[in-house]
Amino acid sequence: MPLISAVNLTCIREERLLFDELSLEIYPGDIIQIEGPNGSGKTSLLRILSGLSQPYDGHILYKNEKISSCREEFHQNLLYFGHLSGVKDEMTAEENLDFNLALHGNKNEESLTYLAKINLAGFEESLASHLSAGQHRRIALARLYHNNAPIWILDEPFTAIDKQGVSGLEQLFSAHAQRGGCVILTTHQDLISIKPEQVKKITLDYDYL
Amino acid sequence: MTLKAQSTQETENLTATIDNSMIGDTAQSSQQLSYRHAFMLVLKRDLTIAMRHKDDIINPLLFFVIVVTLFPLGIGPEAQTLSRIAPGIIWVAALLATLLSLDRLFKSDHLDGSLEQMLLSPHPIFILVLAKIFAHWLITGLPLILIAPLLAVLLHLNEQSYTALLLTLLLGTPVLSLLGAVGVALTVGIKKGGVLLSLLVLPLYIPVLIFATSAIDTAALGLPYSGQLAIIAALFFGSLTLAPFAVGAALKVSTN
Amino acid sequence: MWKWLHPYANPEVSYHFTNKLLPWLSALTAIFLSIGLVWALLFAPADYQQGHSFRIFYIHVPAASLSMGIYVAMAIAAFISLVWQLKLADASAAAMAPVGAAFTAIALITGAAWGKPMWGTWWIWDARLTSELILLFLYLGVIALHNAFEDKNLAGKAAGILTLVGVVNIPIIKYSVEWWNTLHQGSTVSKLGKPSMSLDMLWPFIFCFIGFALLVAVIICLRFRNEILARNSIRPWVRELIQKNTVNNT
Repeated sequence: MPLISAVNLTCIREERLLFDELSLEIYPGDIIQIEGPNGSGKTSLLRILSGLSQPYDGHILYKNEKISSCREEFHQNLLYFGHLSGVKDEMTAEENLDFNLALHGNKNEESLTYLAKINLAGFEESLASHLSAGQHRRIALARLYHNNAPIWILDEPFTAIDKQGVSGLEQLFSAHAQRGGCVILTTHQDLISIKPEQVKKITLDYDYL
Repeated sequence: MTLKAQSTQETENLTATIDNSMIGDTAQSSQQLSYRHAFMLVLKRDLTIAMRHKDDIINPLLFFVIVVTLFPLGIGPEAQTLSRIAPGIIWVAALLATLLSLDRLFKSDHLDGSLEQMLLSPHPIFILVLAKIFAHWLITGLPLILIAPLLAVLLHLNEQSYTALLLTLLLGTPVLSLLGAVGVALTVGIKKGGVLLSLLVLPLYIPVLIFATSAIDTAALGLPYSGQLAIIAALFFGSLTLAPFAVGAALKVSTN
Repeated sequence: MWKWLHPYANPEVSYHFTNKLLPWLSALTAIFLSIGLVWALLFAPADYQQGHSFRIFYIHVPAASLSMGIYVAMAIAAFISLVWQLKLADASAAAMAPVGAAFTAIALITGAAWGKPMWGTWWIWDARLTSELILLFLYLGVIALHNAFEDKNLAGKAAGILTLVGVVNIPIIKYSVEWWNTLHQGSTVSKLGKPSMSLDMLWPFIFCFIGFALLVAVIICLRFRNEILARNSIRPWVRELIQKNTVNNT
């Protein structure tokens, strides 16, 4: 049974057809990389898959059920990471992670461990406004270590992350896929430490009318 | 140097995490979703942020005071005229101060992406929204109520009206926050939403204004004003039940 | 349950349906409006108190009641579009808003013009005029919100939510304004009360009212057509239509 599937998606932005009649099924263990030039609709596709945006036409299924009719269950099993990290400047790294975990109904006993794993040890008590852009995104990505949501939808997770961080994340992705989760991500760089045969690619292209 | 040491540790830890957590048993490892828990979570967060960003509390309050002070300067200092129009001035100033503070309700959350995360949380949206509105009222509505008697003194408000002023503000300002939240939720995605917000929200504030000022006027005559209070209370409960759903729907549109 | 509605939920079908409907509606409008207006403005008897200035009533009252009616219709369309995700309902709500605003403005202007000979002033804070003014603000809010969004679909949804919030509030606002007006009475000499009309005044009024209602329907149909085209500009049938039209014109 596919974890998440898209049925006949049509997306129109600013009177431009980004994709039409797009259907896909994503199974446990899949790592899906969505490619395409800027403005080809990668972010729109991810936002539609996560239920944040409504498609012009078509719908999204979670375990063969419309996500609008199983909102709570779907959101419990979804981790979405967008362009914006969702980290508050006025709160410390730890407070941010605690809130984010609790907001998604997770226990947050080990948030210090997760921060250490994502190389933020020593910054737990610093206000996010004092941290760099990359550290901001790390705070948000620390949620990945508390991984009980099988569906990961990640929009440009490697932006502003250093090389070591990227390889750490890649290992995290393949481990997540092995455990029976799925990862859907957009990135402009090739995945290095994940074997190419493990990654399925979807390429969105411009469709000039 | 320390950072490097940790990153090697990171890869080691990874294997550990793979072993001990299995995908699928989400119910087991996640906390039970209770309304109260979600409400307190968001309330605590918003209050924390407000306490670390105090000008958000102080600026609307200053605005309130300054606007009220402008009226005697524009109209003249005669006590009789001022006490006649005091209820209207205080209430109109309160409307404008609330309007000014509304922006912070969802704007910063929208800009840094935490609004998206809230919409994607398994908690029902209306609970999160209600917590945010309550926090907003605590931060902006409550200080207005506390400072209003002082302004009433400046405007020579009739002595019999003080209780009425406080009661109407106590019941009325939550309505302003609730209705205002709908307006902000609709305009939060728009770049220059500020002026638009006032166009959307101010007409909806008219009933509160009418009944509140009338209650204060009636109190000045020494007559009972419980009727007006009851209507404001009805407006409060009406908006309390309906507004959070409208806000939730509007936020979904705005973050689309 | 809604199967019979489905063919009309298709933009192409409803575009052609409105196309067929329009000439009939326009003809009816012309008939009713010309009979009504000529009768009302030239032949109906003058009011024994207000003289000929009373004739503005034949425009003011239909405009005022239509302005409220259009808002309610808009709210119904918004409700349908939000609950059943019907995009056409969205388009029709968008088509209605400016028409409603225009009729509210007409009601206000004719009200003021009527007030001048009656009260000797252009504006008094009469309960009906005041609620009409607030209704205009509500309309302008919906239109401004609609224009602020670049994406037409989002604009429709946002404006729809605002319309529904507004329609819940309209009775409350209307009641509060009437109550406020009776509270502060004194300056008001006489309200725009409903005079008991004689039959030779009632009949032209009915014709005028139906005529204006039909006019609203025609304008909304025209705007609705444009909204459909604008929202479906990517669809092949719209492209064919444009091509056909350009060929015919050249």
